[in-house]
Amino acid sequence: MLRDEDRIYTNLYGFEPWSLKAAKARGDWDGTKAILAKGRDAIVGEMKTAGLRGRGGAGFSAGLKWSFMPKGEGPLPHYLVVNADEGEPGTCKDRDILRFEPHKLVEGCLIAAFAIGAHAAYIYVRGEYYNETKVLQAAIDEAYAAKLLGPNACGSGWAMDVYIHRGMGAYICGEESALIQSLEGKKGQPRSKPPFPAGVGVWGCPTTVNNVETIADVPTILRRGADWFVGLGPENNNGTKVFCISGHVETPCNVEEEMGIPLKELIEKHAGGVRGGWDNLLAVIPGGCSTPMIPKDVCDDVKMDFDSLRNVRSGLGTAAVIVMDKSTDLVAAITRLARFYMHESCGQCTPCREGTGWLWRTMARMEKGDATVEEIDQLLEVTRQIEGHTICALGDAAAWPIQGLFRHFRPEVEKRIAARRADAKSRVA
Amino acid sequence: MSETFLAESIQPTAFAFSEENAKAAEAVVAKYPKGHQRSAVMPLLDLAQRQEGWLSRAAMDVVARMLGMPPIKVYEVATFYTMYNLRPVGRLHVQICTNISCWLRGAPEVVRAAKEVLGVEFGETRSDGAATLSEVECLGACANAPVMQVGDDLYEDLTYESTKAVLTALLAGEKPPVGSQTGRRGACPCCGATTLKDKAGDHVAKEPAKPKAKAAAKPGKETA
Repeated sequence: MLRDEDRIYTNLYGFEPWSLKAAKARGDWDGTKAILAKGRDAIVGEMKTAGLRGRGGAGFSAGLKWSFMPKGEGPLPHYLVVNADEGEPGTCKDRDILRFEPHKLVEGCLIAAFAIGAHAAYIYVRGEYYNETKVLQAAIDEAYAAKLLGPNACGSGWAMDVYIHRGMGAYICGEESALIQSLEGKKGQPRSKPPFPAGVGVWGCPTTVNNVETIADVPTILRRGADWFVGLGPENNNGTKVFCISGHVETPCNVEEEMGIPLKELIEKHAGGVRGGWDNLLAVIPGGCSTPMIPKDVCDDVKMDFDSLRNVRSGLGTAAVIVMDKSTDLVAAITRLARFYMHESCGQCTPCREGTGWLWRTMARMEKGDATVEEIDQLLEVTRQIEGHTICALGDAAAWPIQGLFRHFRPEVEKRIAARRADAKSRVA
Repeated sequence: MSETFLAESIQPTAFAFSEENAKAAEAVVAKYPKGHQRSAVMPLLDLAQRQEGWLSRAAMDVVARMLGMPPIKVYEVATFYTMYNLRPVGRLHVQICTNISCWLRGAPEVVRAAKEVLGVEFGETRSDGAATLSEVECLGACANAPVMQVGDDLYEDLTYESTKAVLTALLAGEKPPVGSQTGRRGACPCCGATTLKDKAGDHVAKEPAKPKAKAAAKPGKETA
C-alpha cells in the first residue's frame, strides 16, 4: 500500500482546512519561485521524465502535451484551460480536489501556465459544483492577496491570472474542444481535429487543456522530483491516482493509491470489500461509465493502470471503479448508461445523435427480453458503425459499455430473450 | 440535447438586471480578453436566472444586447445547457441523480421518497409553487451515492428515510445540514479512514452508509 508520505493529496477528505495557511503547512506553495526559476524547458523536460499521464481519462503524457505548444511568445497569447467539468458517471475525484485541496490546483495552474508560456488560466468547473467553485474562488483570492498570483506571481516576474468559468450542465463539455467552444460562449459541440488546441485553441490562440488532477499533481512532482514519481507504479504508468469507488461495496470512498494496485486489493483494503464478499462480485466498470465492464474472473487479478486495463479490453479512464454484485441486472445497468449517452449527445454527428437513441431503444427491449437473438448482432454492428465515425469520443463511449456487456455476458441476454419467448408461447398455447 | 423549450404564454415583456447584478455582470465580462466578451454569455444567463428564478426570453435578449450578440446565439446557448430553466421552477428545485452509481445504491428509493413528500412526478412543479422535481444525470458525487441536489446544495449518502427527512425539513423552511446524511467527511470511507489516519483525529461517521441489502437489491432484477 502507498505510504502516507508518498501521497499527493494529504487533505483528500478535508480533515484540515483548505485555506492558504493550512495548505502551506501541508507543503503547498513551497519553493514555487525556485521551480519557475528552472525555466520553461527544464519544467517540461522534468514532466516528460516523470511520465505523468493525463488523469482525465485519455492518459496522454502531460509533459508531451505541453511540448506541443509554440515556443517563445508569438503574436497570440497562450492559454491554460483546466478541465474541471467532471461528469463521467462514477467519477468524483476533482470535486474533492476543488473543495479540499484548491491550492494544489491554483499552484499547479501557475507552474503549468508558465511552462506553456501562458499568462492566464481558465478553470472550467461543472455548474453543479457551485459550492466547490466558491471555495476555489476564495483560494484564488487568497493567492492574489499573498502575491502568489498577479503581475509578479511568487516574485518570479511572471504575470499570472487565474479565472473560473462555470459550466451549466453538459457532459459533452468535458471533451476538450467542446469545452473550448463553451468557454467561447457557444454551444458545447466538439470541433474537428486537427487543428489541435495547441495550435488553435480558445479564441483561436494556442491552448493546453488538462484535467484538474493532472494540474494539481504538478507542483508535488516538481518539488519531489521526477525520480520519485517514476518510482511509483509500473513502468509507463507512473505515480499515484485518486480512485473513486462506488456501487456495491461496503464503504464507497475516494482514495489515493499507487498506480497498478490490484483491483481486488483496492476494493478490499479501502472500500471494505464487495457487499456479501468477493465471491458475490459479478462485474466491475473500472474507469467511469465509458469503459467496458470486466467480469469477476478478470477482476480477480487485474491491476489498476492504463496498460493493464487496456490489455483486458477495458481502460483506466478516470479510475472510477463501479462495483456490481450478483444482485445487479447488468442489462438494466447498461440500458441506463445508453439513456445517459442519448441525453448527452450534442447532436452534431449523425451516427451519435441517431445511434445513441437507437442503442437505448434496443437495449430497453433487451432488458425485458423483448428482442430476437439476431438483434444482438445487429446491435453490436450498430455500435461499430458509431465507434470511430464521430468528431469526438462520445460515440465511442456510448458503444463500448454495450460491447463490454455482450463480450462477457451475452449468454445471459440470450437466456432472457429465450425465457420471454417461451413465456409468450405458453400463453398462446 | 436539452429537451427544454421556451414557454410562449408565460414570457414576461421586459427584464432588467438589478443594480447589484449589473455590477457583477461587468466584473464577469472583464474576466475575458478584450473582444471576446461573448464568452460571458453563460455566466450572465446564470446571473439572470438567479435573479428571476428562471430564464425568460426577455432576459436572454438583454444579455444579447449587453454582449453584442445576435439573440439567436444566446437562445442556442440557453437551450443547449440543461441547467438553464426555461420555465419557472418551484422555490425548491429538487434534482435526483438516477445514473449508475446512485442507482446501484438505491436511487429508486430516493425517488420514491421524494415523490411521496413532494406529491409530484419528475418534471412537475407543485401547484403551491413550493417545489419542482427533476431527474438528472450524474451529479459527480458518486462515492457518496445516492445523491440529490436542492438549489446549489448536494445531499449525499441518502436513504428513503433521510430523503424524506431532508425534504420535509426544507419544505418547512428549515435548513437541514447539507452534504453526507451519515455525517462522514467528504468521500472518506464511512467507518474510519484507511489512509491519512493521523489526520483523521477522532473523526468517525455516525453510522455506516451502506444501504440495507434489500433496498439496494431492489433496482436490479436477478440477472436472467
